[in-house]
Amino acid sequence: MATTDTSASEWPLWEVFTQPPGGKPHEHAGSVHAPDAEIALQNARDVYTRRGEAVSIWVVPSVLISASAPGDAGPWFDPGNDKPYRHPQFYKTPRGVKVF
Amino acid sequence: MPAPLFEYLLRIGDDRLVLGHRNSEWCGHGPILEEDIALANISLDLIGQAQLLLNLAGQLEGQGRDADTLAYWRDDVQFRNLQMAELPKGDFAFTMMRQFLFSAWANLQLEGPIQGNHEDLKGIAAKAHKENRYHLRHASEWVIRMGDGTEESHRRAQAALDELWPWTGEMFQQDDVDRAVAEQGAVVVAADLEPRWRAAVTDLLGRARLTIPTAPMRMTGGRKGRHTEYLGRMLAEMQIVARSHPGATW
Repeated sequence: MATTDTSASEWPLWEVFTQPPGGKPHEHAGSVHAPDAEIALQNARDVYTRRGEAVSIWVVPSVLISASAPGDAGPWFDPGNDKPYRHPQFYKTPRGVKVF
Repeated sequence: MPAPLFEYLLRIGDDRLVLGHRNSEWCGHGPILEEDIALANISLDLIGQAQLLLNLAGQLEGQGRDADTLAYWRDDVQFRNLQMAELPKGDFAFTMMRQFLFSAWANLQLEGPIQGNHEDLKGIAAKAHKENRYHLRHASEWVIRMGDGTEESHRRAQAALDELWPWTGEMFQQDDVDRAVAEQGAVVVAADLEPRWRAAVTDLLGRARLTIPTAPMRMTGGRKGRHTEYLGRMLAEMQIVARSHPGATW
């Protein structure tokens, strides 16, 4: 079975993504400690899905996630703020559209 | 003599009440947070099943006893659970091994009432079976990891199996109650329950590199109200609040 290194005092961290009912996309729910993928899935099930929140679970070792650095936030995300034309909210919703 | 179906419901209800309580003793003491929650979840499933089964037993009896009355106002000699369920929780290996042996049995045993003709019992058994499949998967994966893990985890898992194995014989004993509920059609009793269970656990224990002991099965009597010294003490703790404050509500 595929295992991650457990020689450290603590089990590796896994990020948990759960899919709510109704075909919505998986969303980040939180994280769990587990020695391998099967136990990570079971722990995620027990910690995050016991009140009918999910129909599917993904887990991924936290170390495999690449993240943008907090220091990048300015140059990466600020330029969007002063360009209102990027937000398509000037349009009226056609009458025929019921769900928006 | 009480109706056989009442007696049958007490047996499978008490199995879950007592085992659920034993597992709940891990609450706040689990080896890690996630497993603490997992064991609490399994306990809640088992106690929930017990509540449904004992409520149904009380209805059939027709003397106004509900699940709470049956859980909190009977003494140990009136309990009908397997003796294996009442043993102290031991270490994590012992708890998981017991859950594995029990869940593997319940997985097959619940097919009896599911195939039977009693509508309320069928519904409860089907719900319990679904929950049980997860308990079996969870316990199985831990048995494999402990048996095929470190030297210490292997030693503990083997010790748990050695201790628990002789208690498993009780799961397959049949008596007048089983024959009566089979005759009335409420439970379809499979003749091959034991070989199917043995094949399933042998396969998994082999994958866990554990050795099935050759020790003989123990004398039993849980189904008749004969219990180990441990049940009385467990019930004292479980029942004291209800008995100190009769009829109290939140």
